[in-house]
Amino acid sequence: MKAFAHLLERLAFTPARNAKLRLLRHYLETTPDPDRGFALAALTGDLKLRAVTPGLLRGLMADRVDEQLFALSYDFVGDLAETIALLWHDGVDQDVPLHEAVDLLQSTGKAGLPAAISALLDRLGPSQRLAFLKLATGNMRVGLSARMARIALAEMGEPGVADIEEIWHGLTPPYQPLFDWIAGGARPEHAAKAPFRPVMLSTPVDADQLRGFDPRDYMAEWKWDGIRVQAINDDGVRRLYSRTGEDIGGSFPDVIEALNFDGAADGELLVRRGGAVAVFGDLQKRLNRKTVGKSLLDSHPAGLRLYDLMIWQGRDLRDLPFAERRAVLDRADFGSDRIDVSPLLDFATWEDLAALRADPPSQVIEGVMLKRRDSAYVGGRPRGPWFKWKRDPRLVDAVLLYAQRGHGKRSGFYSDFTFGLWDGPELVPVGKAYFGFTDEELRELDRFVRNNTVDRFGPVRAVAPKLVLEVAFEGLNESGRHKSGVAMRFPRISRIRWDKPAAEADVLETLKAMLP
Amino acid sequence: MRADQILHPTEAGLYCPPGDFFIDPVRPVARALITHGHGDHARAGHGAVMATRQTLDIMAIRYGEDFAAETQVADGPVRVGDTTVSFHPAGHILGSAQIAVQPVKGPRIVVSGDYCCRPNPVCAPYEPVPCDIFVTEATFGLPVFRHPDPMAEMSRLIASMDEFPDRPHLIGAYALGKAQRLIALARQAGIEGPIAIHGALQRLCDYHVEQGIDLGELIPATADRVPAQLVIAPPSAFASPWVQRFADPVIGFASGWMQVRARARQRGVELPLVISDHVDWPQVTAAISHLAPSEVWITHGAEDGLLRWCELEGIPARPLRLVGYEDEPE
Repeated sequence: MKAFAHLLERLAFTPARNAKLRLLRHYLETTPDPDRGFALAALTGDLKLRAVTPGLLRGLMADRVDEQLFALSYDFVGDLAETIALLWHDGVDQDVPLHEAVDLLQSTGKAGLPAAISALLDRLGPSQRLAFLKLATGNMRVGLSARMARIALAEMGEPGVADIEEIWHGLTPPYQPLFDWIAGGARPEHAAKAPFRPVMLSTPVDADQLRGFDPRDYMAEWKWDGIRVQAINDDGVRRLYSRTGEDIGGSFPDVIEALNFDGAADGELLVRRGGAVAVFGDLQKRLNRKTVGKSLLDSHPAGLRLYDLMIWQGRDLRDLPFAERRAVLDRADFGSDRIDVSPLLDFATWEDLAALRADPPSQVIEGVMLKRRDSAYVGGRPRGPWFKWKRDPRLVDAVLLYAQRGHGKRSGFYSDFTFGLWDGPELVPVGKAYFGFTDEELRELDRFVRNNTVDRFGPVRAVAPKLVLEVAFEGLNESGRHKSGVAMRFPRISRIRWDKPAAEADVLETLKAMLP
Repeated sequence: MRADQILHPTEAGLYCPPGDFFIDPVRPVARALITHGHGDHARAGHGAVMATRQTLDIMAIRYGEDFAAETQVADGPVRVGDTTVSFHPAGHILGSAQIAVQPVKGPRIVVSGDYCCRPNPVCAPYEPVPCDIFVTEATFGLPVFRHPDPMAEMSRLIASMDEFPDRPHLIGAYALGKAQRLIALARQAGIEGPIAIHGALQRLCDYHVEQGIDLGELIPATADRVPAQLVIAPPSAFASPWVQRFADPVIGFASGWMQVRARARQRGVELPLVISDHVDWPQVTAAISHLAPSEVWITHGAEDGLLRWCELEGIPARPLRLVGYEDEPE
């Protein structure tokens, strides 16, 4: 478990995505089975262990450390598992195999758990103790998604990330068949029902590029602002996957219950009230919940708006042309009022479509999707068959207020910018942007920050409010967490307005008027 | 004479009336005894300063030759006023000393200054000095602070340099003591090539070399391209444009605080190295147990933890609540 402890520690402190991938890949390449498989499952959240409560851990400490010294220590460290890992007296520092720790947490009865945990802690050094306690409390917090873990796996061998995602949900820790496949062995067979299938993605397009295509070759529909999902009922096994293959069914029991069909469908997950589609912020309230209360289910009911069918009544439709799949979709009966089909748009020319795009019937539309009539359903992001023609971004002119230094390639540069809008005589922060500028512009911004710093708070600098930034963003949510009451989605700096006086920047009301 | 008539805290620092001197005063005074060269203990502008040869040299490097009107090298027991004082190695940084104060009649008090009981390749080891009253720091005065073997931390540094051979490793270390210790540890751990140092470290590194400490080949980290994978700099350099010359660096920091993750995260550190020049919890408690003083005074740091320990051990202890000393000075 020493290697696992080292990996967790490095991941926790490494901000850059590529460096995280490298650390994980290196670990997976150099760690034997079954430990690497259990580590992978711990990171992807697929390891089912007996939950160890904070109460149990505190109980372990009660007869080992003076209560006052424990309280002072916990107060300083701020994390229970870490406090205990640091306080536990040092015994031998054995390299206990991870699978032994996993086995302990899977098979020990409740009554024997405290003694078993304490006996194991006695055999570990401090960093292993922390890794074990994080494993036991089920909270890794190292900033690595399940998707990134699968990307690291894909970098280890021939199978691509889409191939791995397709079989992922049929696999169980410690994933021996998966590692064998990556090492050149046979592809594991689908063991489980309702597997995830790689999603077909689109590429962006604009009006100029569209002139090169014949509108008659394409069908169009709205691009809904929800979450792209795959909904499956395979012989009674129901699953709801995000487009990266995370099983999100647990947060959406209402949708799972509505999957009264036989097949695998591709669509958008939305919160819907009556006929109307709710804003993205409402859907966000439903995400990442382990349990969903009845009142939330009532106030934020979720449903599906379908785009496509991959499997229908036992038949794999993915090789058929889109137009044929769509015909099956339009005829299908989904047996639930939570599920409907995204309507097709009626257009003959790109100008027709541009007019529709400019005036969508709902605020919860991000633009239009174009799909070639003859396109097969291909996982990944092939260039050409499907396009997204997004609504033009929203723009505001905001004033730079704070800057923070970046990491990795941006080490030493002030590259994370907080900006604000006028609310009466004061500037209220409305968002933060990390990108959108060129390297040259970054150097200029960095110089501006250094020359105009008026205050410092740790790594953050407050700057004189005089530089106007044109900020582009995709959407806007109401937010109770932000002082301004709104949160932008994908904000980026589209232009630096060296020419514009700060007094002429936009007011908060202008932004709030853009709320859907 | 009662103990607090021999030594007591004032706004300027610890004052000794029978000797008419201050120890590590934070304001200019007529007569100062200085434990070591860190900026919060050794300040310029005093009338007379007594310290070890190396501490006086370091003060001259930092503040110029005229940092005090008069200086005296502490060498053996010296009579100061109605007291006899002597300096003993503290194991903290080069030249660091504990100061023992012996009045004509009354308890012997040892002011340990900042000290560390672990071997340090750049300074003389801590030496226990028998005393009635032991005055200790409590920078890391909580039982969570058990600093690992520095060589284990060096192997973590080397593992990272192997994992990311294309990325320069910029390690923050305070300019006096920590930086030179880090370099010496790196040499012990087998890092052989040139190590680049920030300009702010140059003179102090030179001085260590003059004092016979082998730091290997050091090159300045000032050119546009620095041909070394390991770069040592004072932590403040990471906020300056100096750091922009390095492509995709791994930022590290060598400090006892790095043992606590939240502290490392606050600093935006990617490679925290737990290397400390202060006593950790096992060291401070062992030092007190070994000396068995009749009373412990605690100068600064996490005194609540150490006070509680003394209470549990039945050792009379009191905090001096001295102000003006940093947890780990720059």
